[in-house]
Amino acid sequence: MDMEFTVEDLAFRDEVRAFIAENYPQELRGKQDEGDELGKEDFLAWHRILHKKGWVAPAWPVEYGGTGWSPTQRYIWSEETARADCIRLMPFGLSMVGPVIYTFGTPEQKAKFLPRILSGEDWWCQGYSEPGSGSDLASLRTKAVRDGDHYVVNGQKTWTTMAQHADWGFFLVRTDSDAKQQEGISFLLVDMKTPGITVRPIITLGGEHEVNEVWLEDVRVPVENRVYEENKGWTCAKFLLAHERTGIAGVAASKRGIERIKDIARSEQDGDRPLLANPFFKRKVAELQTDLTALEFTELRSLAGEAAGRGPGPESSLLKIKGSEIQQRITELALEAVGHYGAPYFRGFGEGDNEHPIGPDYAHRTAPSYFNMRKTTIYGGSNEIQHNIIAKMVLGL
Amino acid sequence: MDFTYNETQGMIRDTLARFLADTYDFDTRQKMIATDAGRDPGIWNALANELGLLGAAFDEEHGGLGGGALENALLMEEFGKVIAIEPYLQTVVIGGGALKAVGGAQAAAHIPGIISGETIIAFAYAEPQGRYDLANIRTTAKADGSGYILNGHKGVVYCAPWATHLLVTARTGGSTRERNGVELFLIDANLPGITRRDYPTVDGNRASEVYFENVAIPGDALLAGGMDLIDRVVDEATVAVCAEATGVMAKLHEGTLDYSKQRQQFGQPIARFQVLQHRMVDMFMEVEQAKSMTTYATLHLDKPAHERMAAVSQCKAKVSRGAKFVGQNAIQTHGGIGITQELAIGHYFKRATLIEGQFGSADYHYDRFERLVIDEAA
Ligand SMILES: Cc1cc2nc3c(=O)[nH]c(=O)nc-3n(C[C@H](O)[C@H](O)[C@H](O)COP(=O)(O)OP(=O)(O)OC[C@H]3O[C@@H](n4cnc5c(N)ncnc54)[C@H](O)[C@@H]3O)c2cc1C
Ligand SMILES: Cc1cc2nc3c(=O)[nH]c(=O)nc-3n(C[C@H](O)[C@H](O)[C@H](O)COP(=O)(O)OP(=O)(O)OC[C@H]3O[C@@H](n4cnc5c(N)ncnc54)[C@H](O)[C@@H]3O)c2cc1C
Repeated sequence: MDMEFTVEDLAFRDEVRAFIAENYPQELRGKQDEGDELGKEDFLAWHRILHKKGWVAPAWPVEYGGTGWSPTQRYIWSEETARADCIRLMPFGLSMVGPVIYTFGTPEQKAKFLPRILSGEDWWCQGYSEPGSGSDLASLRTKAVRDGDHYVVNGQKTWTTMAQHADWGFFLVRTDSDAKQQEGISFLLVDMKTPGITVRPIITLGGEHEVNEVWLEDVRVPVENRVYEENKGWTCAKFLLAHERTGIAGVAASKRGIERIKDIARSEQDGDRPLLANPFFKRKVAELQTDLTALEFTELRSLAGEAAGRGPGPESSLLKIKGSEIQQRITELALEAVGHYGAPYFRGFGEGDNEHPIGPDYAHRTAPSYFNMRKTTIYGGSNEIQHNIIAKMVLGL
Repeated sequence: MDFTYNETQGMIRDTLARFLADTYDFDTRQKMIATDAGRDPGIWNALANELGLLGAAFDEEHGGLGGGALENALLMEEFGKVIAIEPYLQTVVIGGGALKAVGGAQAAAHIPGIISGETIIAFAYAEPQGRYDLANIRTTAKADGSGYILNGHKGVVYCAPWATHLLVTARTGGSTRERNGVELFLIDANLPGITRRDYPTVDGNRASEVYFENVAIPGDALLAGGMDLIDRVVDEATVAVCAEATGVMAKLHEGTLDYSKQRQQFGQPIARFQVLQHRMVDMFMEVEQAKSMTTYATLHLDKPAHERMAAVSQCKAKVSRGAKFVGQNAIQTHGGIGITQELAIGHYFKRATLIEGQFGSADYHYDRFERLVIDEAA
């Protein structure tokens, strides 16, 4: 057993640090930290820089454009990008549909879509959930009926993150209504500009426009845009859910989050001392940091297992549960730290009010972030569902 | 022992509940918030003049119905149930509370205006450096002839954009965190030298940063009593906020229960899943305990300061924790729909969240309780 970085790892870390220092766009610095809403162009600016360098998809096989990094190098990469508060790229293309396409797709699909995912030319969204099918995803009802060399798709998706920017979406649709639930589903790649698609915003508690309803009315999708076999889409969906093990825990970002809380609590006064010297507050930070260490080492053990050839397994549910809880606690503590100045609602300021936000800079997004981050225990398979998975798959109950 | 409301109190509560059921449904509330003013002044006027409820907690000699803290609590609970944005806490509980405590000509001068709905008071007490310490005050009131000159900055003053009067804590002497020298002043909100920056708050209210620059105020603006009076007024306000919280929490729980019975996943209502059942039971227990603690603290408001403060701190600490638990679990049990602006549940969650810190977080109040009760006994 050995937890030290090798000399090569350390050299790699220095290379990464230098690259970020030289190339991360000046205008994006601090933006994510402050919790500002990020626009499409913000994501793409960093995406393109990484693509140019060949570092945009570290997890992909080299033949499709991956970096060929070892798990340790990938770990270093996520650490360093989080440390510098680099924008976390959208997962839908790079971490979700990309791997599905290079694993299950036809040569034509690979040739058409993978380069455009890497370059950032196509922005992807994920059309799984429906109003009646959240946790019980396999009950989905959006229907695709074969008509010559097209499918005609009708139905409604919801919670579709960033669909307002999307060029393409990957959708789960029912192609056989008579089969057992999981067996009648297909995986379709849909051009979001196809006639019959309507995207409507859903505004979330912090005032953000992140998620959408997507309505599909007689949307014609070429059969060649189906990935894998008809009625076997659930295989792709399951693969995708289990695939994204690295990063699901959000360790690197949470480390950054805890440092930020310490910074806030050093600035906030609590009588004659900084808030960070308040024993109750300090203890909460210590507990959080300790839980994060436990999570980090659980993730590292899991990564080591992956490196040794054991595929991602249901223990990733543990990373999801603990990781999301920690993300939430960070926002909870930040809100607590700013005291009264969590209350002003900066989005509500009048048009043209360009004055300094009310209270300290670090305060103005704490409440909306806290509200927004309630999502982490709901999406990606709710934490209750993750408990069910561990109970069944790990504990054998 | 008797923990029931008497007949008059029951009538007061029912009157308000019926009125709010007619006027304060969720959509109407959202529309009021979205207006420029951020409220519908007609509601306040109706509370005062059609229903006569703003006098419930005042003595008959001032034109009130003769009630007090209990009336405040039951009204605040009803306001909580509709997440009302009315300035009852600031105007009646806090402003009215201070005036009742000082009595005399000042009470006689201002209370009738409160009862008739003309006077709206905002409580300008918090300062950027002060957190929850009420004596951590830099705003100064310097004696000047028969009056005072005010200078300073008060932060996050709820309801200030609507206020006709400000109840301000300011220092007539002593250093920033000293109790001595802090006094309470009730002043006209539009005096020369007062400026505001108004903004909405995340829980749907309106608030302001209020700046005082050489504001000349008359001598009779001083409500004499210093920090002891301020402690008392804020304790009353804290309990009132806890009463509001019981209404907010009850609705969070009720809404979650209803939703879990309707929402089907895996071919059954999600209410059938035991993990959710037990969670909703835990929420129920938090609601009940919040009600108990609020009653406990309400009945301690007239006890000697030491006992009163200990009870209020236990109450607020428990309610803060409970509000967080109930709010977070209400959202979690709703799933995605819980984090949208469309459903009321998320707005109750936001108010519950801000209540957690209002007049002191759980940490602050556990600390105060420890100092009052545990350290002293050690
Ligand atoms: C911000 C956000 C972004 C999202 N982005 C996307 C996206 O891009 N694409 C996409 O397809 N989807 C997306 N989702 C949807 C997400 O996957 C669903 O919200 C999630 O699957 C939960 O479904 P639901 O919201 O319908 O809740 P429900 O399934 O109705 O669950 C409600 C509650 O019941 C519990 N529950 C349900 N079943 C059980 C059970 N068997 N045992 C115990 N408890 C149970 C849940 O845990 C939850 O607490 C997003 C959601 C959010 C909030
Ligand atoms: C110190 C002591 C003194 C006692 N004295 C007496 C006595 O004087 N007379 C007498 O008659 N009995 C007595 N009891 C017995 C006591 O009533 C039983 O222990 C109790 O009813 C639990 O039954 P069990 O021990 O068989 O546990 P089980 O019923 O086997 O339960 C085991 C676990 O499963 C859980 N569980 C069971 N059913 C469910 C469910 N539906 N949902 C979720 N969880 C569930 C339980 O909560 C528990 O955690 C005593 C027990 C103790 C420990």
